[in-house]
Amino acid sequence: MATEHELHVRHRLARLRTLKLLGGARLSAEVEKLQRQLERLAEETTDEDIWRSVELARHQDRPYTLDYVERLLDDWFELHGDRGRADDHAIVAGIGRFDGRTVAVVGQQKGRDIKDRIDRNFGSAHPEGYRKAMRVMELANRHDFPLITLVDTPGAYPGVAAEQHGQGGAIARSHALMARLEIPTVACIIGEGGSGGASALALTDRVLMQEHAIYSVISPEGCAAILWRDAGEAKKAAAAFKPDALHCLELGVVDAIVPEPEGGAHNDPDEAGRLLGESVRETLEELEAVPGDELKRRRRARFRSLGVFA
Amino acid sequence: MSSPRIDVSIEHRDAPEPPERKHPNTCPRCDSHYRDDELDAALWVCPHCGHHFPMKARARIASLVDDGAFVEEAADLRSEDPLGFFDLRPYPERLAEAELKTGLGEAMVIGQARIDGTACELSVMDFSFMGGSMGSAVGEKFSRACDSAAERGVPLLSVSASGGARMQEGILALMQLPKTVAAVEDLKDSGGALISVIAHPTTGGVLASFASLGDIVLAEPNALMSFAGPRVVQQTTREKLPDDFGLSESNYRFGHIDRVVPRPELRSCVARLLRLFAKNGD
Repeated sequence: MATEHELHVRHRLARLRTLKLLGGARLSAEVEKLQRQLERLAEETTDEDIWRSVELARHQDRPYTLDYVERLLDDWFELHGDRGRADDHAIVAGIGRFDGRTVAVVGQQKGRDIKDRIDRNFGSAHPEGYRKAMRVMELANRHDFPLITLVDTPGAYPGVAAEQHGQGGAIARSHALMARLEIPTVACIIGEGGSGGASALALTDRVLMQEHAIYSVISPEGCAAILWRDAGEAKKAAAAFKPDALHCLELGVVDAIVPEPEGGAHNDPDEAGRLLGESVRETLEELEAVPGDELKRRRRARFRSLGVFA
Repeated sequence: MSSPRIDVSIEHRDAPEPPERKHPNTCPRCDSHYRDDELDAALWVCPHCGHHFPMKARARIASLVDDGAFVEEAADLRSEDPLGFFDLRPYPERLAEAELKTGLGEAMVIGQARIDGTACELSVMDFSFMGGSMGSAVGEKFSRACDSAAERGVPLLSVSASGGARMQEGILALMQLPKTVAAVEDLKDSGGALISVIAHPTTGGVLASFASLGDIVLAEPNALMSFAGPRVVQQTTREKLPDDFGLSESNYRFGHIDRVVPRPELRSCVARLLRLFAKNGD
């Protein structure tokens, strides 16, 4: 048994190393530390651990987009409004200095206390939010600012007004715009990567994912309600569709896992920010060497290769 | 155990909500009942009240293309089971069952076609195959349809009917959104046009990707066209939904589509558009 398990772990690590080389995403400078993390992850993908990731990804003290912005950017200047109808507080967007260069940052934002949570609509954006995101992406593209997106949403908001204002079309167009950008782009899933509302900000050259984040086609509760006809079976559903970072890496959906401090990002937001910053810095440095039209071509090719069929 | 959360499910539901189980050939609006051949002859539109029944992919293709002018592509493409997914039954079993029931290998049929003399590429979804859900095979087929259209310099006509992404393929199903969108962008860069026809129902991941990206977007009357379905919206918001929530007429009013086209007029409408978009000399 033990040998079999060890082989399994080794096989996984070997696969991760090749993926890393193929993807070209050098992860952290602390390779050893990362490997320890990966080994721990590789040993641990039981159903229980998947559920632990679900809980940690939704932890009320988990750092949100603005917590990272504050730690990683100098001279942050937040931009507001979609220039059409509203300023959706579920998405923040702006420009600032990262490592000596101006970058644009777009991400979903959840609230800390109840008032803040309502103001941020629990990180679930309306179409206006995606239009604000697109406006800032276009700005970045015009001025050659690299784009960093931070994904943390249970999903785009399912409401009457959201539908009337074109939720589906806004998400589709956000994807489409990201497929046209000719600037270096990097996304990191930092909490919940819920469905189309999440991937709408993650069609990027490199997709990173924090160790305890989740990225999924549907919430575990939603999946359970439909397939098991019981939202209480969320744990079973999560085990079945495997939204954890390691599975996403194995499927080629994300390029690299960003390690978190022991026990989860909320235990040490400063350290979590440092680790995230390091991964983003290395990724951007690598992408900045590639011409814009080539980035666009490779980005489309990357996403067009995703899927398993016969 | 599980706290009540915002349910953002955008996935396929079993059926476009029948209030009670009626025979599929009984009109849900006026209760008229028809034989298959009667409905077939009427393009699956109720001759009495005009209700649009769901249309299977093969019937849809026959209703649109010139006689014998359809060459199917990628017919052998099949879904795999990347996650070993098991809910109440294994995913491969559901796939096999869907194939037996519909005679289709997947929820989408693509191919080269000619409509009223104009060449085009056609991609048609079938809601009866696992709720028209989009997994890896559907995403790949749609991408190949984009490439085939681009290579031949013809427009792509897409007819969608889908409950959204296919949960049984997990995150890879979600990745079909960026994948199909990237394929549409490649098609558009080549100078190709996308004409998107929304049939009942088109929701979730398909609406949030290629179906919304047509240079022209048309919809059939009374087709549900929403990112989140009415039940999810109702449960999440406890709002009273407008009677025409998410329907094509409401989407037209809010400016999301170019036109609502009744099915008997669809072929001539599409043929006109194809001619307008055709490259000179074709």
